[in-house]
Amino acid sequence: MADRILPGAARADHLGDPTVIVDDVHVVYRVNGVRPPRPAGTPRLGRLAARRAAPVVREVHAVKGVSFVARQGEAIGLVGTNGSGKSTLLRAIAGLLPPHRGRVYTEGQPSLLGVNAALMNDLTGDRNVTLGCLAMGMTPAEERAAHDPIIEFAGINERDDAAARPMRTYSSGMAARLRFSIAAARTHDVLLIDEALSTGDRRFQRRSRDRIQELREGAGTVFLVSHSASTIAETCERTIWLDAGRVRADGPTEEVLPEYERNA
Amino acid sequence: MIAVPGGARRSAAAPAPAAVPPDEDLAPAALAARYGLAVSGARPSLRRYTAEVWRRRHFVSAHATAKLTATYSGSRLGQLWQVMTPLLNAAVYYLIFGLLFGSSRGVPNYIAYLCTGVFVYNFTQTSVLAGTKAIQGNLALVRALHFPRACLPLSITLSQLQQLLFSMAVLTAIVLARGEPLTPRWLLAVPALALQSVFNAGLAMALARLGAKVTDVSQLMPFILRTWMYFSGVFYDPRHLAGHFPHAVSAALEANPTVVYIALMRYALLDSVHRADLPPHLWTLAIGWALAAGIGGYLVFWRGEEEYGRG
Repeated sequence: MADRILPGAARADHLGDPTVIVDDVHVVYRVNGVRPPRPAGTPRLGRLAARRAAPVVREVHAVKGVSFVARQGEAIGLVGTNGSGKSTLLRAIAGLLPPHRGRVYTEGQPSLLGVNAALMNDLTGDRNVTLGCLAMGMTPAEERAAHDPIIEFAGINERDDAAARPMRTYSSGMAARLRFSIAAARTHDVLLIDEALSTGDRRFQRRSRDRIQELREGAGTVFLVSHSASTIAETCERTIWLDAGRVRADGPTEEVLPEYERNA
Repeated sequence: MIAVPGGARRSAAAPAPAAVPPDEDLAPAALAARYGLAVSGARPSLRRYTAEVWRRRHFVSAHATAKLTATYSGSRLGQLWQVMTPLLNAAVYYLIFGLLFGSSRGVPNYIAYLCTGVFVYNFTQTSVLAGTKAIQGNLALVRALHFPRACLPLSITLSQLQQLLFSMAVLTAIVLARGEPLTPRWLLAVPALALQSVFNAGLAMALARLGAKVTDVSQLMPFILRTWMYFSGVFYDPRHLAGHFPHAVSAALEANPTVVYIALMRYALLDSVHRADLPPHLWTLAIGWALAAGIGGYLVFWRGEEEYGRG
């Protein structure tokens, strides 16, 4: 394995040091309480009588041996069809899913920003901002300074006083905007974004693209999962194409993306 | 683990033997080591973990308050329920055990006695119940943001303590209304509560790990807790029960942590409970349980840090 060359390991002039090294990562999920489909005609009673217990844990091999190196200042797009392992790979990089095999090395603690990652639905937007900032390790003084800019950036207070309403009353776009704003309030060494940009409206997409640009200039690495080819094309100069848990292509966006679009 | 480059390449890239190999010739682990990258999601050392938890103390208290606010945000009376809930609890238990079964025989000032038991036991019960769901119930938060996960069971214990302080205010009113005098002994309630809080936090942390791994535990917990309640002397003097059993069993019944914390609180608040009525070594047991559960629970939880929020 030692003589294997990782994609991205070669030093390019305009890029910095490695921030993420993904080394032959396999991720296997366990799903509780899901029975595999019963063959038609098998009587349940007969199986009980035969004392064959139906397995209640299923395994899903979502990522199968992915390797690459990401460097400082890179924005990398992840493309692939539904179920190709994009979100799973992001969660493995974030350290939220243990690789079944292989290793992920990162600089600092990567932050994952996902569409489904609501904070606390029963609480107001204001409270969520406070909790999110404190959870990320800000001091109360830093949180107070960051609070209003976050609400303003998310743009949720533009029409009414939505920040004072519980988050369960938000539209999915509003919630996604607020979550992005909270996570983007801090500079991260590695920021992982899962579909967050395609949920907001056009104006917010432009603003968040600018913010990602700023984050990258703050010497970070950004990973972006999106089904929108235009978002990837505008934000990322490198693209990794995942297909059924394996890397199908890894290279400059202008080469990989058209190929993906032709095949998908 | 250093890469072995091909011969032709070596002569081109590294003319001097001491030259550093370029990045693309390094194995992943060596490359990670060169740039100081760490394995993602690895569990930090106990010391660093503790420092991280301490750094998040404001998050713990903000989360505790937020949780409490959210609990009652759906009801019209809102925060008034923080006081109403313990009052109604006390009323129900008094109705059943005080009036219907008449268990008050032999215990002076039964209402105050009963309420103390109910509230103190309830503190442990709710901490344990909510602690079991600390990770499972906050998966969205756990998957969205990185913070030491011990903050969650800790904040849950803190919000239960906040709730208990409301109950204690109600209790104080009941106790004083029932003609118990206000004595310096009341000050003992503070260390007793502090020790019970540490005990509860430890138990919440240990069960949070169990509940995160085996989600069925939270279904089972209410039954275990109800059984525990009947062994805790909430409704009666536990010494009466202990008298029916051989010595070893009654000693075990008296060492029950909830019996210990309830006895301490009764001794602190009720003038009618005398030193002689208390089981021996009460403070030693209270401190011992707090330390064992607190330190043990924290260690158990920390060892599982990598597992939370996965799968």
